[in-house]
Amino acid sequence: MIEVQQITKRYGQYTALDRVSFSVAKGEVLAFLGPNGAGKTTTMRILTCFMPATEGTARVAGFDCADQPIEVKRRIGYLPETPPVYQELTVTEYLRFVGRLHGLSGKMLTTSMHREIERLGLGTVQHRLIGNLSRGYRQRVGLAQALLHDPQVLILDEPTVGLDPKQILEIRELIKNLAGSHSVILSTHILPEATAVCQRVVIISGGRIVAEDTPEQLSARLRQSEKISLTLKSPAADTDSRLKTVQGVQNVFTSGAPGTFLLECELGRDVREEVARLAVTSGWGLLELKAISMTLEDVFLQLTRHEEGLAPNAVVASEVPAGQPT
Amino acid sequence: MTPVQAIIAKELRSYFVSPVVYVVGSVFLLIVGLLAYLYVVFAGAQAIQLMQTQGSAQINLNDLVFRNLFASIRFILLIILPILTMRLFAEERKLRTFEFLLTSPIGINEIVVGKFMSVFLVFLGLLGLTGLMPLMLALFSDFDWYPVLTGYLGLVLLGALFLSVGVLASALTENQIVAAFVSIGLLLVLWLLAGLGALLGDTAIGQAVSYLSFMEHYDHLVRGLVDTKDLVYFFSGLALMLFLSHRVVDSARWK
Repeated sequence: MIEVQQITKRYGQYTALDRVSFSVAKGEVLAFLGPNGAGKTTTMRILTCFMPATEGTARVAGFDCADQPIEVKRRIGYLPETPPVYQELTVTEYLRFVGRLHGLSGKMLTTSMHREIERLGLGTVQHRLIGNLSRGYRQRVGLAQALLHDPQVLILDEPTVGLDPKQILEIRELIKNLAGSHSVILSTHILPEATAVCQRVVIISGGRIVAEDTPEQLSARLRQSEKISLTLKSPAADTDSRLKTVQGVQNVFTSGAPGTFLLECELGRDVREEVARLAVTSGWGLLELKAISMTLEDVFLQLTRHEEGLAPNAVVASEVPAGQPT
Repeated sequence: MTPVQAIIAKELRSYFVSPVVYVVGSVFLLIVGLLAYLYVVFAGAQAIQLMQTQGSAQINLNDLVFRNLFASIRFILLIILPILTMRLFAEERKLRTFEFLLTSPIGINEIVVGKFMSVFLVFLGLLGLTGLMPLMLALFSDFDWYPVLTGYLGLVLLGALFLSVGVLASALTENQIVAAFVSIGLLLVLWLLAGLGALLGDTAIGQAVSYLSFMEHYDHLVRGLVDTKDLVYFFSGLALMLFLSHRVVDSARWK
């Protein structure tokens, strides 16, 4: 659905994007992850035909962004960083205007407007001026704008910024529902968001793609060692030394609350069964035992710091067991 | 509804929601009304004087009222029309809706034409309201309608040219005040070219410079002369300004 090949964008001397290539299949949700100024917005602007690339080609639904911009624009719904709303219009006036620009009219326009007002929960504010709405509502009006003409491709630049937690969950749910029928690219710097809604993550830093994979694979690939968190009710004095004797355990840290241990183990070796047996036979009162996976935050920091010249090993996987998703 | 019509409808809505049109419109109509009143009173005073010295008076309202009035309105338009056009693109760029417009499936020419047409309609409305003044004068006096109508044609063409310069200025910047001053500046330069042309005299360069100014073209129309040369000037100037606006909007994408 979207194919980007070797795209380079230069502003004078400054290279904003350097030979970026990726593709998005039909119905796929792709997250664009990167620190500020990494080139996320530039990529999106090229895809939406707002600006041309210096080199390389971008194709959306088979149409070239440089040669057939109108055809591409018809198939894209775009939500820029700042919701592009006219403050002096009401929500319905604005959506009607957007629909007309997309060539919708009559019954088609009315049904599309109702659908989006319903879908984004804008019913109560539809006759109010956008200028008087809160940031969250404006963001939703912006999303309604992007979805109005039912595009095949959605490009969302930080779609959940400015929303409250409940709205964030709703929007994520909405994006998940759109997957399958729509191809979605969303940029974000909120990492759990990428994990929550996307099938694939592209990490971009300094104008280059530094990693591209599923969220799970990315963490797996970058894990240095397996980590296990262990909580015991009544640990003995020799607990750490006895834990170390288990085959595959390399290191034992005591951390945080009493009775919690962090075990660093050999890669690709699951020692949980052994540890459990040891804990039970020694009567330590096993409360909790879980593997800690590296979160996307860790991967992200590692990759983007590496970019700044630090060794990839400089950042070790999360050492605080509490609150980590498993 | 075509995209151009959609843009016109939206811009008109934006104009009439904001106080700008009402303020600018009131000031325009007030000044035009006041000037018309002064010129009529002045003409009346002259008529009384003539009556006392010669016993009878035959004054020419076309010369005493309308030509003066059309000459004055030219200057008022130069000041107020840039206020109307300044927001057209500058505001879009400031409020980040520019990107939205340019990623909509419509051409840049449709955007430029739509925006120009909307402000042109606002201007026509304002100008139409000043039409009350000759209608009222016609009730109480006799004058030749023909030069009045060609004068109005001149105002319409002059206004269109001023507005297109304003559209261009607005496309150049995201600051509305800057846009207004740039268009006032450009229009003053166009005005003063007439003076420069006169200074250069009847040479080829002098004539060319004079031709570039709107002054003589507008004067012809006010005097009741409809010459194709003048119409060509206004239409080509308008087309050039809109074309330049198109180029500026297009190039703004690259930054």
